[in-house]
Amino acid sequence: MSIFIDRGTRLVVQGITGRDGSFHSRQMIAYGTTVVAGVTPGKGGQRFDDTVPIFNTVAEAVAQAGANASVIYVPARFAADAVFEAADAGVKLIVCISEGVPVLDMTRAYPYVKEKGARLVGPNCPGLISPGQAKVGIIPGQICAPGPVGVVSRSGTLTYEVVYQLTRAGLGQTTCVGIGGDPIIGTDFIDCLEAFEADPATKAVVMIGEIGGTDEQNAAEYVKAKMKKPVVGFIAGQTAPPGRRMGHAGAIISGSSGTAPEKMAAFEKAGIAVMKRPADVVELTRTRL
Amino acid sequence: MNLHEYQARELLRRAGIPVSSGDVATTPKEAKAVAERLGGRVVVKAQVHAGGRGKAGGVKLADTPEQAEKVAGQILGMRIKGLTVQKVLVAPAAEIASESYVGVIVDRASQSPVFMVSPAGGIDIEEVAAKTPEQIFRARVDARYGLLPHQALGLAFALFADVNLARQTADILQKLYRAFVDAGASLAEINPLVTTPNGGVIALDSKIVVDDNELERRSAIAALRDVSAENPAEVQAREANLTYIKLDGNVGCVVNGAGLAMATMDLVKYYGGEPANFLDIGGSSNPDKVVTALQIITADPNVHAILFNIFGGITRCDDVANGIVTATRRFKVGRPIVIRLTGTNEKEAVEILRGVGMAALTDMDEAVKQAVALAKGGKAA
Repeated sequence: MSIFIDRGTRLVVQGITGRDGSFHSRQMIAYGTTVVAGVTPGKGGQRFDDTVPIFNTVAEAVAQAGANASVIYVPARFAADAVFEAADAGVKLIVCISEGVPVLDMTRAYPYVKEKGARLVGPNCPGLISPGQAKVGIIPGQICAPGPVGVVSRSGTLTYEVVYQLTRAGLGQTTCVGIGGDPIIGTDFIDCLEAFEADPATKAVVMIGEIGGTDEQNAAEYVKAKMKKPVVGFIAGQTAPPGRRMGHAGAIISGSSGTAPEKMAAFEKAGIAVMKRPADVVELTRTRL
Repeated sequence: MNLHEYQARELLRRAGIPVSSGDVATTPKEAKAVAERLGGRVVVKAQVHAGGRGKAGGVKLADTPEQAEKVAGQILGMRIKGLTVQKVLVAPAAEIASESYVGVIVDRASQSPVFMVSPAGGIDIEEVAAKTPEQIFRARVDARYGLLPHQALGLAFALFADVNLARQTADILQKLYRAFVDAGASLAEINPLVTTPNGGVIALDSKIVVDDNELERRSAIAALRDVSAENPAEVQAREANLTYIKLDGNVGCVVNGAGLAMATMDLVKYYGGEPANFLDIGGSSNPDKVVTALQIITADPNVHAILFNIFGGITRCDDVANGIVTATRRFKVGRPIVIRLTGTNEKEAVEILRGVGMAALTDMDEAVKQAVALAKGGKAA
């Protein structure tokens, strides 16, 4: 079992002929993901790598190839429209990898997607992987393995680091979700925690947060109130100075809120096992399985 | 990107919001000329990207043009929170009947723009939020429709019972929202918004923060960037598409990815060291970026050891290794380098480094421990 993506995922890649889109489409196909279509306006009728049919629009990809999920690799300035297009085509899972998407664009796209009953992951995220089943996005497949741990994270390479440590220690994953580091994202920690709690194959959850905002504090309250499965947590940015944006648009301590100590205290209060460093994930997770 | 007060005022003025007259000056003489033109009492304000200007002595009143020249001389060149003041705004000292706060931000929690207004103006809104939260009134904006007229009026009545003042304020809020959207801002605030003794409402001070992701499609806004008001190393990094933030420690860090970069700094601290910087080389593979990263880090005299922590995904480890080798050929690094590489093309990277007598580790904790020990002048474990 897994959350959000599995063997039944039929993926359309928006921007399949671009530099990033083509590279990662090959990686996703090699991993075993069912990529049923690509979209590049003007290249409809062609095939990607002589196999995957390319369409001019997402609507055609849904109607003719039966796509039920989309992944977006288009340049940032076109990303919001790509999200609208996928939602209009009736796609229920939209994963936006593109980074640098203006936040005001997302304030318009997000409520639209929600009203259409679709799930958006990202933008500015590494996507998801259900090891052994499907990969949607850019998480390297070789560092993951099937197993009982659910992983949700705001980061990219830090997720890889934690997953790598888990896999090396023999702790595989049901699904790893990179929700993205932007201030406005489609799927948040709570959405993932809820899904992991409901997934019978997931026995423990690792949650990787960072400074900025209150998403982790809200997630901690959710864990305390609603979750029976053990949760292990990490907060990046314990040494970050206030008022400076640490790379991610969302990673900024404003005033006295959004600090690492504040978030770690919220985790502890909710009974979440707090990692002091990434390597702690192995011991804290193993002892709770 | 932060705009200066004088730039934010200009955007508000163009949006039709009443702002006091006034002009920017870079020398005491210019300040005097502006004060002469305005006539009467003026306020001279440091234009610098730091809060707490008033407390730092960066805002002063002057009764005459000569006095304006004198206080401008005191403020120009002053350092506030590590930044040198290069410009001052000279504006008439307004007669104030009341001070309010009005602002709009992109709010993470409600995933939309949110207006906040408060009758407790003139001071830091976060302080108001912490001490007297009942003094803040909010309205969530659906970005697809913008600030609705009834929302604007509702907020305005929260500030003023007088219908004349409320209508003027509602008009200002609508225009502020338009300026916020047109600038691609993540924050636009007027603090204080003042009422004058004759019943007018004007914006006295304002702050606009632009979403960096908007700059590509808004060249006029991008042109407002004042490079002279920023840390030169951070400017150099941005031009190379790196994110660099200088800190006070002695372990220089080069990492791919913001989350891993923060976690690496934290681990340096965990093992008893102090990070000298945050540096994210980003996702793409480009040896030149690594060279620039090493240039920036070696220019910091506090750095005693340099730590690379690369988890290859999109970033290829061999590209990073090539960058390190190129940099060490081009200039003297002069500090020990500890390299941790794992992931895409790790084997090739190890070969490249071995060719020049360098070694690479695969474990993050081990690499951090060695870098901390070297920075302290001890021997690598």
